[in-house]
Amino acid sequence: MAVDKKQYDLPLHTDIAWCPGCGNFPILNIVKMALAELDLAPEQVVLCSGIGQAAKTPQYMRVNYFNGLHGRALPVATAIKLAHPEMTVISESGDGDTYGEGGNHFLHTIRRNPNITNIVHDNMIYGLTKGQASPTSEKGLETPIQTEGVVLEPFNPLLTALSLGATFVGRVFSGDIMQAKEIVKQAILHEGYALIDVFQPCVVYNKQNTYQWFKENTYYLDENYDKNDKNKATEVVSDLSHLALGVIYQETGKPHYAERLHLKNEPLFRHKRNDRELQKLMDSYR
Amino acid sequence: MHRYAGDISLVLGGSAGQGIQTIEALLVAVLKREGYHVFACKEYMSRIRGGSNSTEIRITNKKRQAYVKHIDFLVALDRDVVPHLQNRISKKTLIFGELSKIGAPAGHNSFDIPFTKFTNDLGNPIFASTIAVGVVLGLLQAPLADFEEFLRERFARKGEEIVAKNIQAATLGYNHGTHLAYDAGIEIHLTRHQDVKKELLMEGSDALGMGVIASGCNYISSYPMSPGTVLLTYLAKYHKEFGIVVDQAEDEIAAINQGLGAWYAGARAVVTTSGGGFALMTEGVSLAGIIETPIVIHIGQRPGPATGLPTKTEQADLNLALYAGHGEFPRVIFAPGNLEEVFSHVQNAFALADEFQIPAFILTDQYLLDAISTVPEEKLEIQKIKNFIVETKSDYKRYAYSKDGISPRGIPGYGEGLVAVDSDEHDEEAHITESHEVRQKMQDKRLKKAEEIKKRAYSPTKIGKFTGADTVVISWGSNRGVIEEALDIIGNTSLVGLHFSQVYPLAPSAEKLLKNKKIIVLENNASGQFAQLFLLEYGVAVDEKILQYDGAPFAVEDVVEKLKKIIA
Repeated sequence: MAVDKKQYDLPLHTDIAWCPGCGNFPILNIVKMALAELDLAPEQVVLCSGIGQAAKTPQYMRVNYFNGLHGRALPVATAIKLAHPEMTVISESGDGDTYGEGGNHFLHTIRRNPNITNIVHDNMIYGLTKGQASPTSEKGLETPIQTEGVVLEPFNPLLTALSLGATFVGRVFSGDIMQAKEIVKQAILHEGYALIDVFQPCVVYNKQNTYQWFKENTYYLDENYDKNDKNKATEVVSDLSHLALGVIYQETGKPHYAERLHLKNEPLFRHKRNDRELQKLMDSYR
Repeated sequence: MHRYAGDISLVLGGSAGQGIQTIEALLVAVLKREGYHVFACKEYMSRIRGGSNSTEIRITNKKRQAYVKHIDFLVALDRDVVPHLQNRISKKTLIFGELSKIGAPAGHNSFDIPFTKFTNDLGNPIFASTIAVGVVLGLLQAPLADFEEFLRERFARKGEEIVAKNIQAATLGYNHGTHLAYDAGIEIHLTRHQDVKKELLMEGSDALGMGVIASGCNYISSYPMSPGTVLLTYLAKYHKEFGIVVDQAEDEIAAINQGLGAWYAGARAVVTTSGGGFALMTEGVSLAGIIETPIVIHIGQRPGPATGLPTKTEQADLNLALYAGHGEFPRVIFAPGNLEEVFSHVQNAFALADEFQIPAFILTDQYLLDAISTVPEEKLEIQKIKNFIVETKSDYKRYAYSKDGISPRGIPGYGEGLVAVDSDEHDEEAHITESHEVRQKMQDKRLKKAEEIKKRAYSPTKIGKFTGADTVVISWGSNRGVIEEALDIIGNTSLVGLHFSQVYPLAPSAEKLLKNKKIIVLENNASGQFAQLFLLEYGVAVDEKILQYDGAPFAVEDVVEKLKKIIA
């Protein structure tokens, strides 16, 4: 029986902590739709998140989740996938959480290439802490802390991911649910680490990167674009004036982390202690 | 005439890379096989090559598991050894080594071992270690036959020629040692014990690694830091046989978060580190507290603050383990003192972490991890692993309220239910809440578990007869051996010992043992952290503290002297 998106819905009276008009609402929808259309039931999926408004996404779905510490969703997701390979594991957090607080994990998770999907809500601002700069904030953006505008270079997550050998790099815009959903589906189906950076406006704190701004500054890669060409992908993600949407890069056939570790494809909770080997080990100290 | 009865302290000294550890490993293995009680511990510098390191091997009639300062025989492999160890060398110390290289130390009895000549005769400097072992066996007037057999087994795979050369080297060394013993008038009285031959010989780190495997551990993610790395190395070595996922984390923060993710998904995970690395894990400890997910944390202590003395020993991270993590939640802390305590408490840590869904700590230190001693196999009990994972029903609630505070732990993908955990305060289904009422109920639920955990606390080990005694020396962790030996040497029935291998929570039953007694606490730190905990937990103020925090373990001689002064 096909999975219905409604299986992911919580009761209507659920109190949601997002602001009216928040870019998180369409992302919630995108993820639910993508999972349902891939015929994945909530019981087969684990969502991991850190802290922040984006990181609350698992709270608003009927699904297994691990809502952990700020910046630490990726190590958790990596471990869950290794310990329980039957689960579809998605790490979902914001730009501050993933690229700032969790920056080191972001780098090294890509190097491991675990078979997980990493969805990053990127609104280029800190929302929950009331409007400070995020790693992806544009230069010049004025905030209560960056009073004369951001002076740091913006972090380029897609370029960073490509340089570390990421096997799937994509970008979507939360304002275009139907197209975004298709790209997210491809990311979930990808065997290995898949990064999806989601452009999303913060209607309260980011007056610069609005729905309108994203519409004007983004474009979709066309049918002729070769997503397997890494040089081309590097060129595309380096262009900060025209921001590409779509599957920007995909490399198939590269072994994911569990394969690199030669793990058996079985959940660890079924694992039994090897008493015969333990006795042998003990005997070796005679 | 040099007479030694029942207790010999032999020290090997040299620089890193000179093979001291090979000689040590060979010697203790052969001596144990011959039925001698052996104990070995080492001190080394934080270098890859060079420096001046030493290892002490004690050969005794009674089983001893402690460090002594004095040196009876010193085998020096280079000229830095004697100055490096001068505080431990006395007029009675006999020094052995290639005198043309190490220089005959003035005012000491020194004896030549012509290593260069011997290795030239054998055609390869690689045989120096075997020669050295041969010399020591000759000095001790121990049989050579067992060593030959040992070499045959050890080098069998390398071919008959290598075996023959090693036996030749052993014989050369042995004959030389026998001559030296005769020339110097060395007289040895040591008993060999049939039962020692059957015992297991290992480092503290081996008991730790084996204990972790016996606990059914199948996941480790950690970042290397001395002396905690030994566990990561051990599990990496045996990961295939035991199906253990081994991940070298990018930092300690990732390590503990992986550990928690692994337990959440049904694995049995451990993390290993030292104080500095653990400092980075503390937010993860707090996370374990609120999400009620088990985690086992090994901290191999070394002197701090900060980088401190990377290769030395200390017991100064008790407070760190005790108070790590913001907020309030239950935990258990074990500090085992010998091989069997390490092996059993590691398993107890896993079992308690699993049953009560809490962080469980194992505190060791450099000294304990590196020390080699023996244990009868029957004392290493392999426990049955209880299953605490439930198959979920469709209405499963991860944080269901319960009488004892324990909510049955489901994992994702096992049963019809959904399993959610949240670092925010949450309701029974793990949904974020800001309700004061729910907050209080949840906090009560989590803290409720502490009552049963305390009831189950392991009692300390009594050393000596408590009836009639008026003074009790308290130790914890790696100091069990030194307390046992010091009390045995002092031999005063008014003085007894109490060793704690679970340091939090403290067993309530032990409180009565302290009544009307003078209390001395002995610990390897500067402020008396366990003494403070004693006051907190039992409301008992200690009368005297014996503290050492120079980076070295307690020496039996020092402890005897200090205790005698206190009871005088």
